[in-house]
Amino acid sequence: MTHRASRREFLYAAGVSLAALVTVRPAGATPDEMKNAIRAVVGAAPVTRGRVKLELPPLSENGNAVPLTVSVESPMTAAEHVRAIHVFTEKNPQPDVVTFRFGPRAGLARVSTRIRLADTQTVTAIGELSDGSFWSAEAAVVVTLAACLEET
Amino acid sequence: MLRLAVALGALLLAVSALAAEIPRAERRSGYDFMSRETRAMQDEDTANPGMLWVLEGGALWSRKTGAAGRACADCHGDARVSMKGVAARHPAFDAARGRPVSLEQRINACRVERQQAPALAHESRELLALTAFVARQSRGLPIDVTIDARTQPFLDAGRALWERRQGQLNLACRQCHDDNWGRRLAGSMIPQAHPTGYPLYRLEWQGMGSLQRRFRNCLIGVRSEPYEYGDPALVDLELYLMWRARGMLMDAPAVRP
Amino acid sequence: MAETLISVPPRARRGEIVEIKTLISHPMETGYRRSQLGARIPRDIIRLFVCTYGGAEVFRAELHPAIAANPFITFSTVATESGTLTFHWTGDNGFSVKETAEIRVE
Repeated sequence: MTHRASRREFLYAAGVSLAALVTVRPAGATPDEMKNAIRAVVGAAPVTRGRVKLELPPLSENGNAVPLTVSVESPMTAAEHVRAIHVFTEKNPQPDVVTFRFGPRAGLARVSTRIRLADTQTVTAIGELSDGSFWSAEAAVVVTLAACLEET
Repeated sequence: MLRLAVALGALLLAVSALAAEIPRAERRSGYDFMSRETRAMQDEDTANPGMLWVLEGGALWSRKTGAAGRACADCHGDARVSMKGVAARHPAFDAARGRPVSLEQRINACRVERQQAPALAHESRELLALTAFVARQSRGLPIDVTIDARTQPFLDAGRALWERRQGQLNLACRQCHDDNWGRRLAGSMIPQAHPTGYPLYRLEWQGMGSLQRRFRNCLIGVRSEPYEYGDPALVDLELYLMWRARGMLMDAPAVRP
Repeated sequence: MAETLISVPPRARRGEIVEIKTLISHPMETGYRRSQLGARIPRDIIRLFVCTYGGAEVFRAELHPAIAANPFITFSTVATESGTLTFHWTGDNGFSVKETAEIRVE
């Protein structure tokens, strides 16, 4: 080994990576904050479990990019369609994840994306229909961390 | 009786030397240790984030640069033809330098010498893009680094590094990746550590990175002082890993957790 | 300049539902990370993605920091007529990228 670093540099790097392995996550939101975020979208209307299908892997190898697919069964006509799908988390620093907005031209109310999950938690999707009704689904994800992290 | 004991001893020694390397039939890419979802991310070019770097690399390939005002394409033409198999053969011996060089080093040597442009920084966007673009042209081809009288000493140096215990955790690469692959380390499955997919998109980095970056992560993981980018030791190790993975198919740009 | 990868079937039957895949390079800096010196790295994300088809909006996504880096969004639309699909990403620090794709509807 040709490089010679100062002892302090080495200890700092070792300490940071140790800290990184022990606690990585910033302070998270609470389930109450998620409820408030959902209420901001839904208002006083009731939310019924069902009609929304939320697909997430039960175990994720890395919380930085968790594949998510959410869909709502609907004829997607001008008279009857999905207006929007909202996704929330309970333990991320912020409860809002994404809102997808559709019209009858969507054909299918089905979207895939990749989200960040700060910790093992439950993800909630709220479907908003053209008749003003709200439906929901939940999925629990266990989030593991990669071994051998970066020093920064 | 003595002859039998000597023969038995020689047999055991031979067997243990062979046992050190993963048998060819058991060699598996890191791809096989990933979840179905992460594999799906790699499978489609339209879903693979690494392809964003390949796209950029393709643009850089055709861009004239440097005091010589030359593009890679001016000398090398269509990369799909000229660069086919190149990544699968690197690190390769460079006569001018008297030692094997990595693909990144080869690209930078071209930039400095032929294009008269400044070398691209380690892990810079452009270097990763060009490396990813070139490596993509070897996708599906078997790894095939040349080991001869010139490269043998560097292979041996790489192997020595692989087998040496180091760091505060006093672990050798071999102990995890030869002896305990398939088992779990802190929730993650230990792969065999074959560099079939580099440069790759690591979910942990949220971006693209080289094999050297991954080596440094491992070295930090065993609480060792990581070698600096560009250190010849890292190229020796890469040569050893590529030789160890000989015959396995390249799948760059890969996605890994 | 942000790279994009867009997958649109070049042709479709009228009334067919087609799947569109989009991928754009962007760090989606959350605003929660800290540098090695402890300073907070400011938020820098894509906030809106809009797809129009023949001039009419057919899909939009409002993104928050919980969307992974290099956002990947797959959605559907009905192939109504031959024409141009536009994809517009906008976000913090004046980020704005527009791409187009043609579709032939028979």
